[in-house]
Amino acid sequence: MKNLLKLEDITMQFGGVIAVNNLSLEVNEGEIVSLIGPNGAGKTTAFNVVTGVYEPTNGRVSFDGKAIVESCPHGKMKRLYAGENKGVYKKRIVKTPDKITKLGIARTFQNIRLFKSMTVLENVLVAMHMRRKSNLFTATFMLNWNEEKANKKKAEALLEKVGLLDVKDELATSLPYGKQRRLEIARALATEPKLLLLDEPAAGMNPQETAELTQFIYHIRDEFGLTIFMIEHHMDLVMDISDRIYVIDFGKMIASGVPAEIQSNDLVIKAYLGVSEDE
Amino acid sequence: MKNKKIVYKAIDIALIVVLFALVFLADQFLPSYDIKFKVLQKGAVFALVAVSMNLLNGFTGLFSLGQAGFMLLGAYTYAIFTIPNESRLAVYKYYTMTNAAGEEVGGLVQTVLPMGIAIILAGVVAAVFAYFIGLPVLRLKSDYLAIASLGFAEILRAICQWKGLGTLTNGSNQLRMYPYFNSIMPYFLIAGLCIAIIALLIKSTYGRAFKAIRDDEIAAEAMGINLAKHKMISFVTSSFFAGVGGALFAMYQNTIQAKPFTTTLTYEILLIVVIGGIGSISGSVFASFLYIACSEWWLRFLDTDGVIPGLTRNGFRLVVFSAAIMVIVLFFRRGIMGDKEFSTERLVKGAKNLGSRFSKKKEVK
Repeated sequence: MKNLLKLEDITMQFGGVIAVNNLSLEVNEGEIVSLIGPNGAGKTTAFNVVTGVYEPTNGRVSFDGKAIVESCPHGKMKRLYAGENKGVYKKRIVKTPDKITKLGIARTFQNIRLFKSMTVLENVLVAMHMRRKSNLFTATFMLNWNEEKANKKKAEALLEKVGLLDVKDELATSLPYGKQRRLEIARALATEPKLLLLDEPAAGMNPQETAELTQFIYHIRDEFGLTIFMIEHHMDLVMDISDRIYVIDFGKMIASGVPAEIQSNDLVIKAYLGVSEDE
Repeated sequence: MKNKKIVYKAIDIALIVVLFALVFLADQFLPSYDIKFKVLQKGAVFALVAVSMNLLNGFTGLFSLGQAGFMLLGAYTYAIFTIPNESRLAVYKYYTMTNAAGEEVGGLVQTVLPMGIAIILAGVVAAVFAYFIGLPVLRLKSDYLAIASLGFAEILRAICQWKGLGTLTNGSNQLRMYPYFNSIMPYFLIAGLCIAIIALLIKSTYGRAFKAIRDDEIAAEAMGINLAKHKMISFVTSSFFAGVGGALFAMYQNTIQAKPFTTTLTYEILLIVVIGGIGSISGSVFASFLYIACSEWWLRFLDTDGVIPGLTRNGFRLVVFSAAIMVIVLFFRRGIMGDKEFSTERLVKGAKNLGSRFSKKKEVK
């Protein structure tokens, strides 16, 4: 199996707080991998490092075999750095989120971030802007109508696949919650990613919606040939869907393995899963 | 369904044609000293500048207040490059120079460009300045961006008035005797063309990217939109058209100096944008004519003594005008159009809705 995403010794320190501490993990092609942990463990921070929102204090992120983000303590962090592996990484490679999306990593957000003033279809079309062939001139004077037409068709096909074609002309924010989540995923898919990062896709969903989401994630993985890396708190969903699971607490990885291993891991039970009362 | 849409579109286009026909008629019958003549000219100029500001503030969500500065650059560029050489000595009488042949000439620039090229150059100069100002300023957000852009606009004005640049800008003295249009149509044509280009830009995939940045910067960036690049495109384009607007403003005024290009001018344009609706091109256009007509024409009578005994006097117009604006800002916060665009289709739909609402009320009774 080919290794698609690799985090090496990622440390993210804000002032004196180490949010992610020496995190190393791998996501292989075609897998569904989950990152779990208690609130404030640093899961979303790890996502933000991968997607370029934060520059890590130390460590390297590789995608498809190439280093896309790399950093070492610099500036005042040289003095303040309290993590490990200081001096292992010497280069600094910094990329803005849009560059990383262009490489093929798309994401959704914990709190839904759709474009409020736009329709469902336009939300998807925005994500296609990145792969445009037109320039400012041809786009303004509608010389790219061929591309626009093709994009519109592609967007509609995508919406059909996620079951939102019938509401394509409605305002994105007028959709019910579950559909907004789907739209966010559809929008991420429109950037043509290889790796999809889902930040709590089942947040706020009832059991039935969660079950639907499970099927939906399987469906898009097979349909688009994706690799999926997600953060989730719904344990039913996580245990059901994940090929492998990483558990972090206070920024540090405390366990990793297949769902069965995680469920029986003492450290994980103590830190996160808890013991059920009747045991 | 589709046919109906085409009919509505045709009516929209017909309305624009009718508008230009009316302007043509106005040109034939209105004497150039008539206040309506002036209102139409100024209205067209401000419509263009307001739409260019709306591109930035309304569609890209960048709250910039530098519009007056870019207008100033456009106005000066236009004037400097179109004053006929034989008039330069009279215009630049305090800043004469001797040329290579030993003759006394007025000012540094001795090149005269055709009007059309000078107008485009006015936009280009504003755009180039916008690029360099944008490099630091666009890293800021919301209020900070507004303050910084405002500052740069004031700096540009101060530099224009500086004696050291007198041979170029004539210091704080007027630039005059440059060619201008003594009719309404050219203003409408140029402003109309520019507004059409801005509208096309907003309708394009770039326009969608701008709106995405306005709605949610973080999500827009995560969807692969290069924030720095797109903000710069919007800023430079907006400034280009503000520069063109400045050139038209110079023509409308016949003479220019740096003094009127203060923040007050920017606020006037901002007011037009707010009254028209932030994020509506047609709103900005309507509001521009409404605003100019109100401030220059309809409320004029309040300036004469004795219309309302003991109250009206010179300057009273501005008091009423300010009160009217306060009412608008307090009670119509979304402006005339909100973020919608005018179209016949919407008008008919709105009328139908209104009609059904009335008939429903009757049924209840």
